[in-house]
Amino acid sequence: MGKRVLLIEDEPNIIEAVSFILSRDGWDVKTHSNGHDAIDAVRARAPDLVILDVMLPGKSGFDILQEIRADGELATMPVLMLTARGQVKDRELAEQSGVSRYMTKPFSNADVLEVVRSMVAT
Amino acid sequence: MPESSMIGSRIRERRVMNGIRQSDLARRVGISPSYLNLIEHNRRRIGGKTLLDIADALEVEPALLSEGAEATLITGLREAAGAQAAQGVETDRTEEFAGRFPGWARLLVDLHGRAGALQRTVETLTDRLAHDPHLADSLHEVISTVTAIRSTSSILVETEALEPEWQNRFHRNIDEDSRRLAEGAEALVRYLEGAANTEVEIKSPQDELLAFLSANDFHFPALEVGAGPQVAKKIVEQAGALVSDAARRLALDALEQYRADAERLPLKPLLEEMRRDPAPERLAQLFGGDLPAVFRRIASLPESEVGLVGLVTCDASGALIHRRPFPRFAMPRDAGACALWPLFQVLGQPQVPVRVRLRQAGRGQETVLALAVAEQLAPATFERPALMRAHMLILPDGSDRSEGEVRDVGVSCRICPLRDCPARREPSIVADGF
Repeated sequence: MGKRVLLIEDEPNIIEAVSFILSRDGWDVKTHSNGHDAIDAVRARAPDLVILDVMLPGKSGFDILQEIRADGELATMPVLMLTARGQVKDRELAEQSGVSRYMTKPFSNADVLEVVRSMVAT
Repeated sequence: MPESSMIGSRIRERRVMNGIRQSDLARRVGISPSYLNLIEHNRRRIGGKTLLDIADALEVEPALLSEGAEATLITGLREAAGAQAAQGVETDRTEEFAGRFPGWARLLVDLHGRAGALQRTVETLTDRLAHDPHLADSLHEVISTVTAIRSTSSILVETEALEPEWQNRFHRNIDEDSRRLAEGAEALVRYLEGAANTEVEIKSPQDELLAFLSANDFHFPALEVGAGPQVAKKIVEQAGALVSDAARRLALDALEQYRADAERLPLKPLLEEMRRDPAPERLAQLFGGDLPAVFRRIASLPESEVGLVGLVTCDASGALIHRRPFPRFAMPRDAGACALWPLFQVLGQPQVPVRVRLRQAGRGQETVLALAVAEQLAPATFERPALMRAHMLILPDGSDRSEGEVRDVGVSCRICPLRDCPARREPSIVADGF
């Protein structure tokens, strides 16, 4: 049975591409594309892994990450952050907020697959 | 006061610098010590042979005494030396340099000013790159699109036996994204080009405001006759010296204040009363204004009517936010000013005006009269402190030079020769004082 991944991203063509490569790799992919109620989606889907964009409409990825970590049941959820901003400050902020892995755009599909696989080792 | 009447001050300054006693110098040039004393206090005119003899005895060019190197030039040179923290600059011979090579000295000061302006340009541009929301948005858009294209195109290349539906779909996505990317890149280039053109020479808005006010001699006849707000707006719109929006806003605020002050203290009666007795407290009482308004008003009158007037205004942080330069009292352009100025003293005691004679170190024996007062722009709340503003009016010192207390102050610490100054916050580059 495929592992479940929740992709929180607002760029339709990135959603499509990432969903495609992960599905082909055997993942069960669900997507969500706004920041407001992202935390509700995480709770409802209870995925094995969350891929989270930083720049989302309504709420930033950093805030959503903090909400995830503040929730007792989700505290250990693997979270991969995808963002166009690769600056040191953002990386530090993500690490302080409890990110598991961090990738900057543009990324290669192979990198995404490799990182995602390593985050949910069986 | 014309420069030539300051010969005595320069003789005294030079003599003290050379460590010669008044009586010794008098004897060497064959005049009485009391006569030399009168000369040194600018109470006797001097010229011809006596001047040549004194110059000879002091080992300086006569021109240095008779014309003097322009005071602003010297301050400019000291600022330049201070800002560069240069080693081995003969700061103790600044006046001599300015006197003997005025052209080179002016060039040096100009270059220093230009370097400062360029540095501010760089800072502004860096700031813009780091904090410009439009630029950040544009770049984010471009990177997102590139990410989508990269991911999609590698799916097309790397996936074996990709179904035709998927193939079509991804081709369409790439086409869509590449169009977005082209538009985004174009918008970015257009924005960067536009940004470079809108504010060609980025000076600080305060610099632009000062240039604008100076070009108008700090006086706006159009605002003196009960003008409406449109007049101020029109003046600002037509001002070539105001390039940035920020400067235009500052200028508009300044002119609105001008208009309000001019309404309370109308030009004609004000000038008539000033001829009778220019004491600011009397004018404040007479016109029902407060001292800050009277100060601002006096500093907005043409020099032909009121003579030399300087004004400097700061906020509670000590930042100088407005100035009308005074020829013999230097105000630092970007460094913090001398903490001994009464301007800062009154911030701690609003409603208590201060009048004190000031002698700025390194500028000879000249004194100026400084009147300072603070005002509250907005009262304190539980969320923020009261908003304060202090004003210092600078006038020629008309009192008897030998009488009354004089406070020795500086311009800013870096170029101040005062020794053992408790207010000093950084070492001076001016060698050992006079």
